[in-house]
Amino acid sequence: MLDLLIMCLQFMKTGLFAVGGGLATIPFLYELSDKYAWFSHSDILNFIAVAEATPGPVGVNMATFAGFITHGVGGAVLSTLSLVLPSFVIIMIVATILQKFRDNRFVTQGFHFLRPASTALIGAAGLRVLLIVFFDVERVTFDMFGHLGEVFTHVNWMAIIVFCVMFFLMKTFKGHTLIYILIAAALGIILKL
Amino acid sequence: MQNSLTEKLKLYFTIYWTMFKIGITTFGGGYAMIAVFDKELGERKKWIDQEELLDYLAISQITPGVIAVNVATFVGRKKGGVLGAIFGTLGVITPSLIIITIIAALLTNFAGNEYVMHAFAGIRICVCVLIINATIRFIKQTVVDVLTLATFLCVFLVAAFTRVSTVYIVLFIILVSVVFTLIKGLADKKKHDGGAKC
Repeated sequence: MLDLLIMCLQFMKTGLFAVGGGLATIPFLYELSDKYAWFSHSDILNFIAVAEATPGPVGVNMATFAGFITHGVGGAVLSTLSLVLPSFVIIMIVATILQKFRDNRFVTQGFHFLRPASTALIGAAGLRVLLIVFFDVERVTFDMFGHLGEVFTHVNWMAIIVFCVMFFLMKTFKGHTLIYILIAAALGIILKL
Repeated sequence: MQNSLTEKLKLYFTIYWTMFKIGITTFGGGYAMIAVFDKELGERKKWIDQEELLDYLAISQITPGVIAVNVATFVGRKKGGVLGAIFGTLGVITPSLIIITIIAALLTNFAGNEYVMHAFAGIRICVCVLIINATIRFIKQTVVDVLTLATFLCVFLVAAFTRVSTVYIVLFIILVSVVFTLIKGLADKKKHDGGAKC
């Protein structure tokens, strides 16, 4: 019961601080994974994959998935509602003072700084995902920089090759994300990744 | 009286159902949903015009939360007040709840299956590409001058190579932007005063 309450509060925190769309929730999911043993880092990759491959907002999909893994159907409902509650309240307030809010210079300046910050957070999450998939390394911190050779002991060449191929395919042919997720799944089965 | 109540209920249901349809037919989150919002709510239903949609989007990007959900809250509120906002928000998240719960339940049952494991190993690589692509796209949009570049680099280094909590990073950036705006405001005022004296 207490666990469920903590989960609700954590997802409210995510909903309150994740600025700039669904992918901004990823760094928070990593933090939850580090702090509580609710789901693993590779679970998070599954959340992202399923969230991107199914209809609905990506952020909501990930929260639902994470909530389900943690506490079943009830967890899924509660985590999703917790995620949207803070922004719901904020939007209700903002909608009433719409014009004033848009032209306020503190807001426009804040926007100017928050957007690159949010991009950087997503980029950092992307780096962590690459580290896991390519090298089986969970995280690299500054204090490890002296002995990186000991950290990177294992290289998954097949994953690197598939990554490059997928990157090239997506850049060249565009098209729907779902198609690439299916191609990647097929490659995974064929190559026994 | 009775009549207006049924009409209200009808309105709430229409809001819920419209958002439900938008939630179930769009893939890939907020940015992909913009086109659908425009078509469904702008062209077909005429609930909002394009300018309003752009306003909602701009604000949804600066306020926290999932963009598509924020827009649904906005539109729901415009059509039906507080209750309309609640129904709109619930409508757009209901499909996710149902679909994801089913998939998650299936996945937990098949997690040990050899094929499912290999498939997900492949999908994980695809997710890497998706995130890297999104990051590159966002960098192009958000890193526009020296200050935004500096913000990007500092936040990236801290987020990637330390254990500092994301919440503190976001709060710190908000603090920096407030201080920066105050200083800039003072500087502009000084410049203005100086100019007036001349």
